[in-house]
Amino acid sequence: MKKYIEGSMAVAEAVVLCKPNVISAYPITPQTHIVEDLSQMYANAEFKGQFVNVESEFSAASVCLGAVVTGARAYTATTSQGLLLMSEVLFNMAGMRLPLVLTCANRAISAPINIWTDHSDAMALRDSGFIQLYAENNQEAADLHYQAYKISEDDSVRLPVMVNMDGFLLTHSFEPVDMPTQQEVDDFLPSYKPRHYLDVKHPITFGSMVGEDGYMEVRYNLEEAMKNAFGVIEKVTKEFEQKFGRKFGIFIDTYKMEDAETVIVALGSVVGTIKESIDLMRANGIKVGLMKVRTFRPFPKQAIVDCLKNIKNVIVIDRASSVGSGGILATEIRSAFYGNTSVPKVNSYIVGLGGRDITIKTITDIVGNFANVKVQDSQFVELDHKYMQAGDEYLKTI
Amino acid sequence: MDKKKHLLAPGHTACAGCGLSMGARMVVDAAGPNTMIANCTGCLEVFTTRYPQSAWEVPWVHSLFENSSAVGSGIEAALKAMGRDQEIRVIAQGGDGGTADIGLQSLSGMFERGHDVLYICYDNEAYMNTGVQRSSQTPFATATSTSPFGKASYGNPTRKKNMAKIAVAHEIPYVATATVGFDMDLKNKVKKALSIRGPKYLHVLVPCPLGWKVESRLTIKIAKKAVNSGIFPLVEWENGKVTNVRKITPEPVTEYLKLQGRFKHLFADNDEARAHLASIQKFADENIETYGLKS
Repeated sequence: MKKYIEGSMAVAEAVVLCKPNVISAYPITPQTHIVEDLSQMYANAEFKGQFVNVESEFSAASVCLGAVVTGARAYTATTSQGLLLMSEVLFNMAGMRLPLVLTCANRAISAPINIWTDHSDAMALRDSGFIQLYAENNQEAADLHYQAYKISEDDSVRLPVMVNMDGFLLTHSFEPVDMPTQQEVDDFLPSYKPRHYLDVKHPITFGSMVGEDGYMEVRYNLEEAMKNAFGVIEKVTKEFEQKFGRKFGIFIDTYKMEDAETVIVALGSVVGTIKESIDLMRANGIKVGLMKVRTFRPFPKQAIVDCLKNIKNVIVIDRASSVGSGGILATEIRSAFYGNTSVPKVNSYIVGLGGRDITIKTITDIVGNFANVKVQDSQFVELDHKYMQAGDEYLKTI
Repeated sequence: MDKKKHLLAPGHTACAGCGLSMGARMVVDAAGPNTMIANCTGCLEVFTTRYPQSAWEVPWVHSLFENSSAVGSGIEAALKAMGRDQEIRVIAQGGDGGTADIGLQSLSGMFERGHDVLYICYDNEAYMNTGVQRSSQTPFATATSTSPFGKASYGNPTRKKNMAKIAVAHEIPYVATATVGFDMDLKNKVKKALSIRGPKYLHVLVPCPLGWKVESRLTIKIAKKAVNSGIFPLVEWENGKVTNVRKITPEPVTEYLKLQGRFKHLFADNDEARAHLASIQKFADENIETYGLKS
């Protein structure tokens, strides 16, 4: 049934439909509406599991870890500093091969403190062993949760999944979202049947110390599990499409690629703005298309190369930067082409940090200037020289 | 279950005379097989779970250094959610570092939320796993590798943070101190704690021969002397009130201190050393007075 609801509410309702046994979270802007909505559903007995209000994100993630090793399905949501505070636990959960779904309401990282959207938080966790999926709009954000549990709990994967949705831009905006019935979700997502869990009848040890004799092998298996996720993501996405009639791509999605000479690559909510920009540019005869990255971990190298190998120009929009290296998505896309005979011109643009609007003009200007620039390092776009000149003086006011 | 079988099996890699290994075995034996344990990083985790072996005969999980109380909270919440909480008891445990220092916040959270979990702190009074660095449980004037004795130092400059009182301040139903020196007392406290619903805290003094620089055959003796000198009183608090103390005929603290290399510098023949010893005797006297320890 279609409902006109806030992104956070759509996600909260989707999570409850997935019937987690334990939810534990700590409030942080802009994730708050998700946990407030879940709390209200708990208060109304619409969510019938345990809701554990904790004293920090670190404990929220740890409570989830304890619940999952006990054989429960668990959920948490966070963003930004909260994700960083959780990070020690998140690496640990992936290493222990524990399924979990975590919603990250993407937000900038401090300092300077800033509560608005960018992808610095999730990107900082890219090496954690979490599967990372990025939503373009609220329908996709909600739908990703049903799929995320199924991917996460697949026996050949058993890895936690981070569902990324842009803070405020998605979490706080109202859109029509098609919400399935409980029966439909139950038919798609069976209850969690873990291979191993804490059980007094069959006592086992979790999280033991592994020395130089076995550590590499355990980490190799983690890498293999992430590779297995490709097949499982594909299977689950197709099954979802079959049951619910909605699809937003598997690893990537494309828009107006047929005769495109230039392709813009991006992830998250900016994809919507890019689609509108493409329509405008095409009306002016500019042959431009879009490749959206939906699955960032595992990194879908093959799908990306297949999609872009015959394209002349590739513009990568990054809403985060690896300080000292540049656009993270751009770096990985360039790397994907290493050894390929046909390599597009790939340039990297850092845009929209800390909630800075990415407008149609931002996109059309980048495309318009592309022919004039050589292949170069990541460029910060639309910098305000007033703040740059203030320099240290500005930082002192923080 | 075979009554002679311990739930912490022998063959692990703890040092000879390790008080922690004795304490952990007493605790899990007293708790019984229907127990699940969340464990902090530390000596106990390292010497009992070197992959592919494990000494634990109960379901057991180690995640990180500072989160066993939050992991324990999650285990309890999951058992409740799945209707398995009636027959199973949950223990979260760690060393003094994992409990009183890096894990204090998550422990406080577990108390405040009222989880039905027994938390055990095995206190060997320093970071033994990393090589005897000081913690907030290291006693005054103790020489450790990060509070050594030297020209400008008499060892650790601070007093032991009172964890039992911090637990009591959370208004939880049961708090007690215990030690491997009195094994029946320790086991009875574990059983009593597990018969009570809600958060419980047990602070167990476990001598570390390596870190305390004592002979490994003296572990039990030294633990008894800690109690009998009044420096480590055995106390029970139920619903915030002291309900039981172990009465002693106090020995001078020097009887306890002189057996340990970590206090060797306090026995030099000078006024400064004597002043430090007098301070420690004063701490013991305060305990004897506060808790009415004299038999």
